[in-house]
Amino acid sequence: MTRLIPHPVLSLSMVMLWLMLTRFSLGYLILGTALSLVAGRAYSALHPAKPRVRRWRAIPRLAATLFRDIVQSNITVARLLLIEGRGTRRSAFIQVPLTITDENALAVLAIILTATPGTAWLEYVVETGTLTLHIFDAAQEAHYREMIGQIYEPMLMEIFE
Amino acid sequence: MSPLEAVPLWIAIPVAILVVLGSTLTLIGALGFARLASFYDRLHAPTLATSWGTGGIIIASALMFSVLEGRAVIHEFVIGLCIVVTTPVTLMMLARAALHRDRAEGSDALPPGLLARPEKNAPGE
Repeated sequence: MTRLIPHPVLSLSMVMLWLMLTRFSLGYLILGTALSLVAGRAYSALHPAKPRVRRWRAIPRLAATLFRDIVQSNITVARLLLIEGRGTRRSAFIQVPLTITDENALAVLAIILTATPGTAWLEYVVETGTLTLHIFDAAQEAHYREMIGQIYEPMLMEIFE
Repeated sequence: MSPLEAVPLWIAIPVAILVVLGSTLTLIGALGFARLASFYDRLHAPTLATSWGTGGIIIASALMFSVLEGRAVIHEFVIGLCIVVTTPVTLMMLARAALHRDRAEGSDALPPGLLARPEKNAPGE
């Protein structure tokens, strides 16, 4: 089972993607399944850190929080861009110590921070566990620190570690 | 008669709002991209387009064609998924290239604490 389908979740999502891009029919289902199984085996040849999702239940909560944050920061950054030059906005570099070390959790955090306007991921140093961010509005530094440390990190820990 | 006239009003209004919202955010992002002065600031502007800019247009498209064709048309969300998953890769690559260049030059765009990488280099780089 593990050898035949090394990444069941990945393969299943690829079948879903395939069916979303084509019209549903038995032929497409068989073709999509075959392709996703081959892709899953090819992916395992890369020896990725296999994601171990421990709690699926936390994922909808993470998605809901992220959705709200994206909406809020879109509004904030759009406003800041419109008053650019007239306001007193300054950007800043901040360094955040991270407690999560799981590669997949870090990848998800990178997606979260990139998808949320206002924060840009600059660099993560493995030995020290320090993440360097560039934030668009220095006045919101405390907000971002809290957002990463108190909200997203515990959730990612719950899901992956 | 254009096919768009067949769109009922109750669906035309939310679709129009979402399309205008998405394109306005993308425009604001593009303007910011042109006007901002520093490279690191400019990293932020396009994220408006890749989050709700794309999101608004995708949701509008899915909504409208689901109603017009009378079935769930959701393949637009694949575009959204691909954008969300691939943007961090390019953004990080650009950011780290800029960081590397500014460190090598000792540029004053960086605060003194950032001129050196924290601790020694990570393996595999």
